[in-house]
Amino acid sequence: MFTGLMLNTWITASIVAVIAGMTGFFAVLRGQTFAAHAIPNGAFAGAAGASLLGINVIWGLAVFAVGGALGIGALGSEQRGRKARNDVVTALALVLMLGLGALFVSVSSQYAEETYALLFGEVFGISQGEVAPIAGLGLAAAVAIGVAFRPLMLTSALPEVAEARGVSTRRADLYFLVVMALATSMTVPVVGALLMFSLMIGPAAAARSVTARPGVALALSVAIALATVWLSIALSYRTNWPLGFFVGVAGAAFYLLGQAARGLGVSRVRPAR
Amino acid sequence: MHYLFEPGLLGSGPVRTALLVGAVVAITSGVIGVFTVIRGQSFAGHSLADVATTGGSGAFLVGLNQFWGFLIAGIAAAALMEGIGVQRRRGRDVATGVVLGAALGAAALFLYLDTQQTSTTGASFTVLFGSIFVISPDTVPALIASGIVALVTVAVLARVLLLTSLSADLARARGVHVKIVGIAYLAALAISVSLAAVAIGAVLSTALLIGPAATALRVTRSPVRAMAAAALFGLAATWLGIVLAYDSYYWPPYGHGWPVSFFVVALVLVGYLLSYARRPNRNRVPRSPHEGAECSPA
Repeated sequence: MFTGLMLNTWITASIVAVIAGMTGFFAVLRGQTFAAHAIPNGAFAGAAGASLLGINVIWGLAVFAVGGALGIGALGSEQRGRKARNDVVTALALVLMLGLGALFVSVSSQYAEETYALLFGEVFGISQGEVAPIAGLGLAAAVAIGVAFRPLMLTSALPEVAEARGVSTRRADLYFLVVMALATSMTVPVVGALLMFSLMIGPAAAARSVTARPGVALALSVAIALATVWLSIALSYRTNWPLGFFVGVAGAAFYLLGQAARGLGVSRVRPAR
Repeated sequence: MHYLFEPGLLGSGPVRTALLVGAVVAITSGVIGVFTVIRGQSFAGHSLADVATTGGSGAFLVGLNQFWGFLIAGIAAAALMEGIGVQRRRGRDVATGVVLGAALGAAALFLYLDTQQTSTTGASFTVLFGSIFVISPDTVPALIASGIVALVTVAVLARVLLLTSLSADLARARGVHVKIVGIAYLAALAISVSLAAVAIGAVLSTALLIGPAATALRVTRSPVRAMAAAALFGLAATWLGIVLAYDSYYWPPYGHGWPVSFFVVALVLVGYLLSYARRPNRNRVPRSPHEGAECSPA
């Protein structure tokens, strides 16, 4: 279970979990759950396009993820409280990318096998050469979030104060979406588009329901994401069932545990929003 | 004209079925989509579609017609989402996301088992991206009936729904059961999403649900007129999409048609972007901060 190729799997999946835990924390805090769902899914279409053109899949992923993030950021409303409009724009950006994906997949016709892998992940069988770029991109995303931690927190928690201090909420939004897009392009080939989302939202939501302190919640979110991934790999290795299934179910289970813990009054903090 | 409308288009059985089902889907999605956009539930609408994937792949596994799988999973998820039912928008998004994540995990498992069982990979593509040309005529009556059920539900609830969408507190004060209305509405949404999932695929049904409605709400502010316009836009996009897909058989790569779903999505988006060109100079009524809807009743 810990030899050869499996070692690559463990290392890569752990990097992915750390990044998903970090970005997911902010996605939940900023109420950008839908964007967190739309960007990985849209990126999948980019991968299909790249494979059609015969270039490295990661470029297709990066172009579509970043393009989608910029599109959502640019067309979205700058006013707060216009979330319905932002949701509409996100939904339409998502279906545009997926529509293109459907076209690419159907034109290339031998792609069906890979469709499944990109949507649901292919974490077993990662080669040594793939680990290094993922680690690099992961580090970049972590640094990008670390550098902007304070402005991101401020615009999430107290947008009015942030504006008064000259921190643009809109620019913070855009910045965060692009970082999420970068993180996504690295993780989609590993855990798959659909489950990158589970890994971002489940642990972060669970952490937020237990504690309201940002630093603790961020750390907890990363810890839960790691636990989810490790547990899922072990179970998937034993049962031969797809990794995505375990990631999705474990994420929801942790969230329910968090809610239950809060309901029982384990934590005395004010309920997370 | 001859180039656009291939001779023999209307003579083909699958095409006639496709046009009929497409019309039902477009009208249902357009009307219900208007409420979805007004209520700010685009994410819920999209999630229901993705959850329907789980049902669809499960149905594939047990050999049931996909539509029933879509429908059962959609309605169950709608009840669950409203059950966790957080009224605050941000909490609601997270609840939706968690349900969605778990359902997607189950979909991964079902699709995996499908491929194990039938040793074909076609299942995932059909479930996810749909194919309106392969709908068997037997399911058409069921599809039409479900569409009518959804439309009637929304028609009966229209006034109450608008009220709860715009001000839940006001509705509650008038003795409306906001929660029950919410569940009934989400069930209708689940039906319409299942219909769209059969036609253009689960992951793309959002296009028909949100696109025409959002376009219509940019053009007119009256909800009733918006519903009519949305149904019309949806219908136009779907039928034109079907015709183009039929024609695309002669486009490169030859002998392999482009997917209908792609054309429908592209047309819907073009419509939405065109509505930006005509920017109406409406004198905005200042709205309350907790209400972020695109439209208010005229």
